[in-house]
Amino acid sequence: MKVRHGRSGGDDKIELQMTPMIDIVFQLLVFFIMTFKIVSQEGDFNVKMPLAAPAAGAPDDLQLPPMKVRLRAGAGGLLAGVSLNDKGFGTDMDALRLDIIGFIGDDRGPGSIQETAEVELDCDYGLNYEHVIQAITAVSGHIDGSGNVVKLVEKIKFAPPRQASGE
Amino acid sequence: MRVAKKKTGGILEGDLTPMIDMTFQLIAFFMVLINFSQAEQNEKIQLPDSQLAKPPEGPLEFPITIHLTTEGTAIIGSSELPIAALGPILIKERQVAASQGIGANEATIIIRAHKFAQTGRVQELIQKCQENDFEKFALRAKEDVGNN
Repeated sequence: MKVRHGRSGGDDKIELQMTPMIDIVFQLLVFFIMTFKIVSQEGDFNVKMPLAAPAAGAPDDLQLPPMKVRLRAGAGGLLAGVSLNDKGFGTDMDALRLDIIGFIGDDRGPGSIQETAEVELDCDYGLNYEHVIQAITAVSGHIDGSGNVVKLVEKIKFAPPRQASGE
Repeated sequence: MRVAKKKTGGILEGDLTPMIDMTFQLIAFFMVLINFSQAEQNEKIQLPDSQLAKPPEGPLEFPITIHLTTEGTAIIGSSELPIAALGPILIKERQVAASQGIGANEATIIIRAHKFAQTGRVQELIQKCQENDFEKFALRAKEDVGNN
């Protein structure tokens, strides 16, 4: 029987065709570069607001009345003034935060003031939304020196919307 | 004088290995960072900044994202319409949630309002959703890392 000898010279070089692979790789690279977009982190402030309904029973004595934060709009929707229960702070959100901290204190845990306290935001119709988020940030917490978030008021709701003409 | 003869006729082969290594690393870098979640983004919307805006710890149960532009129009899915005309879409969303065994009060409306949108419009949007039995809202903000 005749045995066919394979090529086993050892000197033959196998040359891979690199061109198609490099073509594809560059196309992939171009695709990723073109679609690359730096997206900043986003986060949520949770608000639970069922449709206002008549109280079903007697009000809970342990429930504190909501702290009313009033945000007034100036020209162009800019913040003209912020107040907490009629106490004005100008436009200083840090002062609002300090007042909230003074009210809440260090009490934490179930049934604490921090847990039961509620803030009602009463905003002018034309106020820029960014100031509402600033106010929500001020009342809902702050970042301490070590970078940890210290929670303040977690229950936030909106007062009924004011009319556009009432600005 | 003797002149050295140059070798001619040989094929010059550049070493492609470093280039391919580098290219693959670049591809890997972009693949890891690519963000396909375009459904929740809208180029018309510039979110307000907040130091406390941290990404949610877990996925929300039946999130419905509504964008609110500076003109006061709402964008839901691919359609942009006035807030007053959102009713039928919200009813449809409620029905979809119900078909999955989720009540409207358990679904979360994510509000992505432009930072210069009027607050009254945001409240109108919330009211419209409340009329359709939605109760949970998430006001979305961009993480402000500059002021920490």
